[in-house]
Amino acid sequence: MAKLPAGTLYRGKVGMWSWVLHRITGVAIFFFLLVHILDTSLVRVDPEAYNGVMATYKTVIIGFGELGLVAAILFHAFNGVRIILIDFWRKGFKYQNLMFWIVVAIAFILFAGFAPRHLMHVFSYNN
Amino acid sequence: MEIVIETPNSPRKRKGANWEKYGWMYMRISGAVLIVLIFGHLIVNLWDKGVGAIDFAFVAGKWTNPFWQVWDVLMLWLALIHGTNGMRTITNDYAEKEWVRKTLNITLWVVCGALIILGTLVATTFDPCIDPNAVNYLPTVCK
Repeated sequence: MAKLPAGTLYRGKVGMWSWVLHRITGVAIFFFLLVHILDTSLVRVDPEAYNGVMATYKTVIIGFGELGLVAAILFHAFNGVRIILIDFWRKGFKYQNLMFWIVVAIAFILFAGFAPRHLMHVFSYNN
Repeated sequence: MEIVIETPNSPRKRKGANWEKYGWMYMRISGAVLIVLIFGHLIVNLWDKGVGAIDFAFVAGKWTNPFWQVWDVLMLWLALIHGTNGMRTITNDYAEKEWVRKTLNITLWVVCGALIILGTLVATTFDPCIDPNAVNYLPTVCK
């Protein structure tokens, strides 16, 4: 197998996979945003219609979907900070690999804090 | 036909503004602001009382306060343009036929513009007492 050229940020390993994940989470958040603007717009149409759609957001299945959404937002947000640091911080390129794992750690810790509370909210609503 | 070969070392000539550069800057600036706006949005709407508490009265409680109207409209514009520009980057990467790429990009910006107008109107013309007959769904200010 050909040896990877040195000093490549985006080919192979963390640099590439963080980029792939950034795209996937970005697309997922984008499509949620489209739906979210439309469902919120129902507050201008009819309170009952809005509450009806919101009832769907409170179901257990969509509740798990919301966990996925928050996970995607957490990764995308902190990896975005990593990208900004790579672009603007003098040592950003040098620490990009370490910063990726810091991003994963922060996202994971916040997710671990959010998930039980969110599931408690969802399941207590459905009981 | 005469073929002109540019001198390799000559600086690149541009026509007009460098939109790719502004787009690149926009992604980073809006991204930084969106971290504050969206995390604040999630803390108030999902973390505090949970998704179960969100209904018409909840939205009315927020949007009778101009602070949250400004917050949400700002979030709408920044996030939708950020997302649309990101999607444009992706179609530019993967759409191989020029007409497909152009059609997708035009569709993206049309949808972006329509939803920005819709969302801005919804948040700024919001009426908490929209239907006085639906007493059960209305916030206390209307009763």
